Amino acid sequence: MLTSLSLNQRAAILSVVLLAIGLLVWEAAIPAQKAAGELTEYERLIGGAAQKAGIPPPSEVIAKAWAELSNPFYDAGPNDKGIGIQIGYSLFRVLTGYLLAALVAVPLGFLIGMSPVAYRALNPFIQVLRPISPLAWMPLALFVIQDSQMSAIFVIFVCSIWPMLLNTAFGVAGVRQDWVNVARTHELGALRTAFTVILPAAAPTIVTGMRISIGIAWLVIVAAEMLVGGTGIGYYVWNEWNNLDLTSVIFSILMIGIVGMALDAAFGQLQRAVAYAE
Amino acid sequence: MKSFLSVENLTQRYPDGAGGTLTVFEDASFGIEKGEFVVILGHSGCGKSTIMNILAGLSDPSSGVVKMDGYAVSGPSLDRGVVFQNYSLLPWLSALANVTFGVQARYRDWSRARVVEESKKYLAMVGLEGDVLNRKPAQLSGGMRQRVSIARAFANHPKLLLLDEPFGALDALTRGTIQDELLKIWAGTEQTVFMITHDIDEAILLADRILLMTNGPFARVAESVEITIPRPRTRTGIVDHPNYYAIRNHLVHFLGQRSRDLAGRVEGGTPPPETVRLDVTGGEPDAEAEPAPRLRAVNH
Repeated sequence: MLTSLSLNQRAAILSVVLLAIGLLVWEAAIPAQKAAGELTEYERLIGGAAQKAGIPPPSEVIAKAWAELSNPFYDAGPNDKGIGIQIGYSLFRVLTGYLLAALVAVPLGFLIGMSPVAYRALNPFIQVLRPISPLAWMPLALFVIQDSQMSAIFVIFVCSIWPMLLNTAFGVAGVRQDWVNVARTHELGALRTAFTVILPAAAPTIVTGMRISIGIAWLVIVAAEMLVGGTGIGYYVWNEWNNLDLTSVIFSILMIGIVGMALDAAFGQLQRAVAYAE
Repeated sequence: MKSFLSVENLTQRYPDGAGGTLTVFEDASFGIEKGEFVVILGHSGCGKSTIMNILAGLSDPSSGVVKMDGYAVSGPSLDRGVVFQNYSLLPWLSALANVTFGVQARYRDWSRARVVEESKKYLAMVGLEGDVLNRKPAQLSGGMRQRVSIARAFANHPKLLLLDEPFGALDALTRGTIQDELLKIWAGTEQTVFMITHDIDEAILLADRILLMTNGPFARVAESVEITIPRPRTRTGIVDHPNYYAIRNHLVHFLGQRSRDLAGRVEGGTPPPETVRLDVTGGEPDAEAEPAPRLRAVNH
């Protein structure tokens, strides 16, 4: 009977089964807690009288998620904002830093890809700057920019730029000479050649770089917001940790994963749109 | 008399990697008349493709000059269209868009509708119509791709059309069909064509004149063989013409033996190609007994 289903259907069933087993094991592994009403005041103060505070069971996380997601945009002061607002702040920072990086990286990558001199001249700088953890820039950024919001955006800018720059340069340098010759025999100017031949030819490689960059940017924003504080999903995670609200911590971890997946899927779509078969 | 296209003392040398230079060809000179279909035959390594690239403006010779309509050419130009062996279609564009790409580049002030109409007209001439036009090159057979490439080149009305082994990668049956289409489209346009091929029968079918190159290094255009078979020609018709085998044998002997014998540097400068005219229909028994060769391709 199972064989009559499509590959996707079978995979989906297996996924659901794995999820259910995982949740059950997780739920079963948590020792039962007394209801708050049965605890003495002392027990409540020391966390349910257990020697160690327990990890919340999935049922609590799901209940939390339901409560948060049914009202994602409430704003009850600096330390109590809806998950939608926090994610919105993070996305704003990521997309701003990322777009600025793209504006620099793609044209610069074109230059490096088309000019061997520019490649050799800039390569040492790229190789030194690229391995620096983007968060290492944070103190310098805070000192120079004097604004935590802008500093976070700068950190995103720095971490997004390298994959886009290198992939653009690589893609542009690898454009088949035949296609460039087609442009030359049709007397296309440099700009027209760049836009009608080299850009579409290199687009799959460039978009791959953009996809890697957005993934890194989303990884980095969480850490950056933990440092700068105030708003954003990274700050939210750290703030809930300080509140010892592990249910919210687990919920926000899941949300980070889901938003990251959505960003990646969007670029996957873009990648399919610019792909071509030779 | 000056030819429409004259190639004068073209020389190409490369560093041979050991400190010296390798001369691919030296002082190659020949001419092409307007509306003429000229095919160049020779073994690999004699510099055919290099000559083609120089004519296309994609590379520069070590010395020598190419003149078209009396003006020296430099760099690529829409006046010299190229059909490459590997089709050189842009893979992210549909068949139609590949042709409109060329037409738009040629006629920048044309409306979009007019560009599309013109492109479709030329695609129809090579037998591509309807749904096929929206397919990407990867979804087309090799023959169809080369048809698109030919349509793109003809739609641009270049003064000189360069065909670099356009059928080299096709199977024999497809090649025959596209040769017929090429002949048809060419007959309607009076297009000047310069073509490279390895295929003797293809050369005889298509050409007004065949340039024969000796083997490299120091390759040169040794002979210019006139194809004395009247047009219109068909693949089945030409084999019955009395001149066919005379010409074919001459070409086979040249490529098989004389291209080697004549190879190497000629002392006292490279002579211009010798014109060979084989015509047995006039009752001359021996094709080789042609009276004084008529020099057709001299550029003085």
